[in-house]
Amino acid sequence: MTKIRIGKRKIFLGVSLALTAFLITQFLFAGTQHNQQVAARQQEPDSHEAAWPEEVEEEEFNAGESIIEHIIDSHEWHIATLGETHISIPLPVILWHDGKLHIFMSSKLHHGHASYKGFRLMTEGEFKGKILHDPLEDPDYNYLDEEIVAVEQEGGKKQYDVPLDFSITKNVAAIFISMIIMSWMFISIAKRYKKRKGEAPKGLQSLLEPLILFIRDDVAKEAIGVKRHERYLPFLFTLFFFIFLNNLLGLVPFFPGGANVTGNIAVTGVMAVFTFLITTFSANKNYWKHIFNTPGVPWWLKIPIPIMPLVEFMGIFTKPFVLMVRLFANITAGHIIVLGFISLVFIFGNIQPAMGYGVSIVSIAFAVFMGLLELLVAFIQAYVFTLLSALYFGMATEDHH
Amino acid sequence: MELVSPGIGLIFWMTLSFAILIWILGKFAWKPIMKSLKEREDSIDEALHAADKAREEMKQLKFSNEKLLAEAKDERDAILRDARKVRDKIIDEAREKANQEANRIVENAKGRIENEKMAAMTDLKNQLASLSIEIAEKVLKQELSDEKKQKDYVQKLIDEINFN
Repeated sequence: MTKIRIGKRKIFLGVSLALTAFLITQFLFAGTQHNQQVAARQQEPDSHEAAWPEEVEEEEFNAGESIIEHIIDSHEWHIATLGETHISIPLPVILWHDGKLHIFMSSKLHHGHASYKGFRLMTEGEFKGKILHDPLEDPDYNYLDEEIVAVEQEGGKKQYDVPLDFSITKNVAAIFISMIIMSWMFISIAKRYKKRKGEAPKGLQSLLEPLILFIRDDVAKEAIGVKRHERYLPFLFTLFFFIFLNNLLGLVPFFPGGANVTGNIAVTGVMAVFTFLITTFSANKNYWKHIFNTPGVPWWLKIPIPIMPLVEFMGIFTKPFVLMVRLFANITAGHIIVLGFISLVFIFGNIQPAMGYGVSIVSIAFAVFMGLLELLVAFIQAYVFTLLSALYFGMATEDHH
Repeated sequence: MELVSPGIGLIFWMTLSFAILIWILGKFAWKPIMKSLKEREDSIDEALHAADKAREEMKQLKFSNEKLLAEAKDERDAILRDARKVRDKIIDEAREKANQEANRIVENAKGRIENEKMAAMTDLKNQLASLSIEIAEKVLKQELSDEKKQKDYVQKLIDEINFN
């Protein structure tokens, strides 16, 4: 038994070391790439224009842009850039446009260098990263019904219309992946629970059981009460593990991690809406009475101007709104800081390659420190979101006292 | 701005995925897990209760054992005490009896000795009397062999007799 356990631990250690090594080499490699370009440019200052066409000007490192590119959603899963070649996984694009469904792979769009059936991936400006439709480039197009936007491009203004985009983007793919991981994890341990009835947990089961018990005993039972907590457990468990898993996957810099799922406001917003809907629909008379006729408040705060009810009513919506913003902001901020540290390497490398190497030591040390902090944040934010949701459910179902 | 403007596609897919995930996990994972956890907790609770009960019973048993032991001890002591008393009594009685017997024997012996002594004395007296008479006979025979002495003696005897 002991041997196996040591073996597992060694494997875990090995995997984490490999991950760290990969991370560092990736950063250093990318740095070297860039530095080589910079060095080459410096060697041939005269032949600059000839040797490096406009492409090079584009390559000029822009920290802010690069960081945002890493944080927002995209239509392809970028893995690495080797020189001029982008290695990325193309993802399906699903568009609803002009009453028709268009499904094709994002590789058809060539990173915005070409249009397909009139659809074009914008590479700059207000609609950067979005797919717009150019009626002039679509031979089949004859009717205009969508929202029309004017985009300044190539000197003049061009007319585009905006299709509804239901693409399987990087974040959607990451959500699917985490769905698969979660289903596999929890259904397999559920089977284990059935098989090993009444026995002590083992393996993955013993890793997850403390978390499950923590959510059940310290979150659900505490916040909602022993009597009613069982109804909300499936949602709270799913919520907690979904956020926690995606926070952790978001820290892994390459496929299948690297998507900023919980740092996306749409994702956190949907989860907050779930919490809001469950709270509202499970609310009892007592809860509504607290909102519209708050007990213990002087009457002149309610009549003639209903200040208190107004504040309380707004509270119904601000609570989930804050949930949404808190998770989004925490995760996004953490990623921005880590990416900022990494960007420092390239900013200094642009000035002087040696400086880039020097800064990389400090940068990576800080990035690793931030990574560790993010591990903590990953758990805390998942916990806070779940706890607050549970508290709202508890408030909504509280008995009159 | 992209950062804080949620896209319709992602909202759609996230809602769908999350709802499906809650349903799948709720049905196939959380339900059986919660059931097993509850069963296990119940069985642990039960086992603990049983252990408590057993401990209580043991305590009870030990207590009653001790009580029994103490009672046995008391009884033994009482028996011993009684036995000692009886023994003392028997010894005392025996001693008393022996004393009495001894006294009686001594008494008897004394009586017999006295009797023997008396008989011996009587015998002695009788013998002494007969001896004395014999002696006196002989003396008288000797004394009264001549007439004068006879007359003297008679005279003396007559003198001794007073006619008061």
